[in-house]
Amino acid sequence: MNGLLILPILIPLMTAIALVLAWNHRAIQRRISVAGALILFLAAIGLLTSVSSDGIAVVQIGDWPAPFGITLVADLFSAIMVTMTGLMGLAVAVYSLSSMDAPRESFGYYPLFHVLLMGVNGAFLTGDMFNLYVWFEVMLIASFVLMALGGERVQLEGAIKYVTINLVSSALFLTAIGILYSVAGTLNMADLAQRLNSGDVDPGMVTALSMMFLIAFGIKAAVFPLFFWLPASYHTPPVAVTAIFSGLLTKVGVYSLIRVFTLIFLRDVDYTHTLILVIAGFTMVTGVLGAVAQTGFRRLLSFHIVSQIGYLLMGLGLFTELALAGTVFFMVHVIIAKSALFLVSGAVYQIAGTYDLKKLGGLYKSHVGLSMMFLFPALSLAGIPPLSGFWAKLTLVRAGLETEEYAIVAVALGVSILTLFSMMKIWAEAFWKDRPESDEAASDGLPELRTSRAWLALVAPIIALGALTIVLGIAAEPFFVLARDAARQLLDPASYIQAVLGGTP
Amino acid sequence: MKSVILSTATRYLLPLLLLFSIFALLRGHNEPGGGFVGGLVASAAFTLFALAHDVERARAILPLNPRLLIAAGLLIAVTSGLIGMLFGEPFMTTAWDSREIPVVGKMGTPLLFDIGVYLAVMGVALTIIFSLAEE
Repeated sequence: MNGLLILPILIPLMTAIALVLAWNHRAIQRRISVAGALILFLAAIGLLTSVSSDGIAVVQIGDWPAPFGITLVADLFSAIMVTMTGLMGLAVAVYSLSSMDAPRESFGYYPLFHVLLMGVNGAFLTGDMFNLYVWFEVMLIASFVLMALGGERVQLEGAIKYVTINLVSSALFLTAIGILYSVAGTLNMADLAQRLNSGDVDPGMVTALSMMFLIAFGIKAAVFPLFFWLPASYHTPPVAVTAIFSGLLTKVGVYSLIRVFTLIFLRDVDYTHTLILVIAGFTMVTGVLGAVAQTGFRRLLSFHIVSQIGYLLMGLGLFTELALAGTVFFMVHVIIAKSALFLVSGAVYQIAGTYDLKKLGGLYKSHVGLSMMFLFPALSLAGIPPLSGFWAKLTLVRAGLETEEYAIVAVALGVSILTLFSMMKIWAEAFWKDRPESDEAASDGLPELRTSRAWLALVAPIIALGALTIVLGIAAEPFFVLARDAARQLLDPASYIQAVLGGTP
Repeated sequence: MKSVILSTATRYLLPLLLLFSIFALLRGHNEPGGGFVGGLVASAAFTLFALAHDVERARAILPLNPRLLIAAGLLIAVTSGLIGMLFGEPFMTTAWDSREIPVVGKMGTPLLFDIGVYLAVMGVALTIIFSLAEE
């Protein structure tokens, strides 16, 4: 279906336009924002069902034929990612209603939020290298402003690091695209896949290029040793922003890595994918060790983002059908669980007025429900059965055992234990122990949670995401089948090429 | 600083620049020019007026708030892409009217897209310039 494929880009754009038109009317903006996110989510589900029943969907924008124009492609993996974007967009749009402060709302938070969603969806759907770069820029520019919006001192400090490192990565990405074009003479991904693997291109050149893309995307995805910008900046903006960043932005980097290393750079799999596997191991370990040492709620979670990226790359590095299925499943799981945890940290902040674990405490006594909302995603992240993280890790570990990569399996299991340890640290410090005396709760300018409706907007997304991690765990089978089909498509570049270049409607 | 020479000259330059910006916009489909350049020239016209008088008066002669210009421009550009979809073609496919119109040439969705770009560029440039000038 033609129309369905363009909708995940058009809907956020239209929403953003409507939001700008309603600039001075905050109440209307809030409604438009949620409505737009809801429609986007429904459209994404529509796309996913259509792709899973009819196969890879392709649109040639402007009706220009394939290697010349811009192609939008949705295979199962893309469609799953777009659906996750819709889900996160909806959850965070609702959450923003009672967590975003009035000044940020009136300086364009909502339009930027939807522009960000548009950029992310564009990156997931495009089938053209340069167009991917453009979507990255759309997404990054929106994220720069979201990161700095509000202009608090820490925020600007974080934003400077974030902007600088991302500009370096974009410059590298663009350079790599330039070289790629001079080598292959095309930037359409399907066409690239054909030409670079055909034999008349120097394999050494292809490997060198693949390393440039690995670094460029690696910075965006925050892999070892290029992750340092993430824990330095992610804890500074408001929680709603952190949640959407953690759920989507690094995942776009991982998505791009998976896309190019399953479709285009397949000349020297032994070298490139082994390297990715090594990077995956280091990413897991450094991320989790960083997390164990932290005492700030959000900083700890930020280091965990890095650690989880390692698991995602592990599946790509192993490069079997089971491993990639594990990666896809893990992606869905980690987006949901991680964002739920960030949203809980925001709710805790609104109750207690601090992110510092040393000053928090006694939340189990005063807010049992919220504690449960933390506990389930946290255990899921650590991989406790029967929650979603368990199946995701089990799949990856099995894939590792099948390919006899015992070192990475050992690392993955060890990191799981440390993950559990640091999650329990948050549990013990913030929820279990008594609240330390002396401190007065300081809520600086955040909307008060006096009404039950405001409270509902805050916890409804958390409950929904938490429930999803449980559902993903208990009824893993249908989701796993979907992930497996997506992995099968990823490992079969011929069908992607066929869909884009030949036999298009 | 107010300059009589500048404010008098602006009185003649403003309409000329605006006319030129529309000329550049319409010319743009087959020859150098286009919505982007046109939008920049138009925002230069209003910036000149803001320099000669002040930003408040420049805002007053602008028919729309620059922010609304951005939204309107984007809306028009997106609409130009959607028109093709009405005929069952992919997004952004051009649709043409076969009749020739003097000066403009053939009418089609690319012109509509360019008008959208013109407004959006003008809106962005003026938003930036006006906010900086008001600091």
